[in-house]
Amino acid sequence: MELVNLALKAIFVENILLAFFLGMCSFLAVSKQVKTAIGLGFAVIFVLGITVPINWVVHEFLLKSGSLAWVSPAMAEVDLSFLNFIAFIAVIAAMVQLVEMVIEKTSTGLYHALGIYLPLITVNCSILGGSLFMVERSYSFSESVVFGLSSGVGWALAIIALASIREKIRYSNVPPALRGLGITMLLTGLMSIGFMAFSGISL
Amino acid sequence: MADPKVLPQAPAIEREPLFSPQNRTVLKDPLSDNNPITIQVLGICSALAVTTQVKPSLVMGIAVVFVLVSANLIISLMRNLIPNNVRIIVQMTVVASLVVVVDQVLKAYAFDVSRQLSVFVALIITNCIIMGRLEAFAMTNKPWPSVLDALGNGIGYALVILAVGFCRELFGSGKVFGVQIIPQALYNAGYVDNGLMVLAPGAFILMGLLIWAQRRMSGYAEEA
Repeated sequence: MELVNLALKAIFVENILLAFFLGMCSFLAVSKQVKTAIGLGFAVIFVLGITVPINWVVHEFLLKSGSLAWVSPAMAEVDLSFLNFIAFIAVIAAMVQLVEMVIEKTSTGLYHALGIYLPLITVNCSILGGSLFMVERSYSFSESVVFGLSSGVGWALAIIALASIREKIRYSNVPPALRGLGITMLLTGLMSIGFMAFSGISL
Repeated sequence: MADPKVLPQAPAIEREPLFSPQNRTVLKDPLSDNNPITIQVLGICSALAVTTQVKPSLVMGIAVVFVLVSANLIISLMRNLIPNNVRIIVQMTVVASLVVVVDQVLKAYAFDVSRQLSVFVALIITNCIIMGRLEAFAMTNKPWPSVLDALGNGIGYALVILAVGFCRELFGSGKVFGVQIIPQALYNAGYVDNGLMVLAPGAFILMGLLIWAQRRMSGYAEEA
């Protein structure tokens, strides 16, 4: 039950994009069409769901203060947590590369659907942000799996919603200087107000 | 996403003056006409997240300028040694190392701000401004223009987040740098702080309006 609560919280109440502003760059750049937005959304769910648990393992058994005690008792004092950022970004870059290769070999259909978005994802802040939140909030392994997947779902939900609005807004007469980025920001603000309605729910 | 401006490689002139007209454009352009946030649409995430107050915005601005200048310089010095197909990994490693330095310094000397910025210091690694400038400028230009380009873009970014931070703190809590600005008499007369400003939607809307104003002034418009 707690895991369900965590999932709902990550999707709606603390949406990684609308409450923490993570992954804005690709959110703004790839939200012009619903079809591409869906592709990128699923790629993000996929990569977040994989990298957060892997980074949990890396953090728990290699980097956390005292986590090297399993190698030898003499290393129980070692604290490598300052290497967190480099290790996480390396894991993410490697995983994205690996996932791309595996998908290319096993499923051509999925590769064509997700393939072009995968390289973009390495520099999507929501992926690194997911791992960092996992450390900051000291989740357990199962929690980090759920958190990774549901943050991805929250992100995908937001980008698909925005893409549908932007497809419609093409028919409106927006002042020239406000076109594109400006109006998108205002829209996101309104969506964010909508999602704030969930914050009253106590789970 | 708008194309980051790619300047042609400087012609190989012996002893080009440090502030030649071309270099001055490189420095000045990103401040307004080609601003990284409002025109190039890079680095929005952190621009929204850290701007609830002026102080964290200032610290974040300085951190980004530092990382950007150092990364641009280092990558520009190494540009002929980096094999093309692993360049992203090399850039990431350089940036990540610099960010670790910034994070450790902040933890040592400004712990409260470091707590306030939380994960967003680390997220400088994935800040698109940095990767964007490394890819578009430092990989093809000499060290000195790269430093100027980084300074210009870094300061352009800092100016925008300072402006947003200023508005959000002033209207959201009536303070600037933690000092009360809106006089008590106004509160007594019924003035209320705008609570929306310190929340997430306020950031989006304020940023949207700022982009509108900035583009209006610089005369830039996107295709619908």
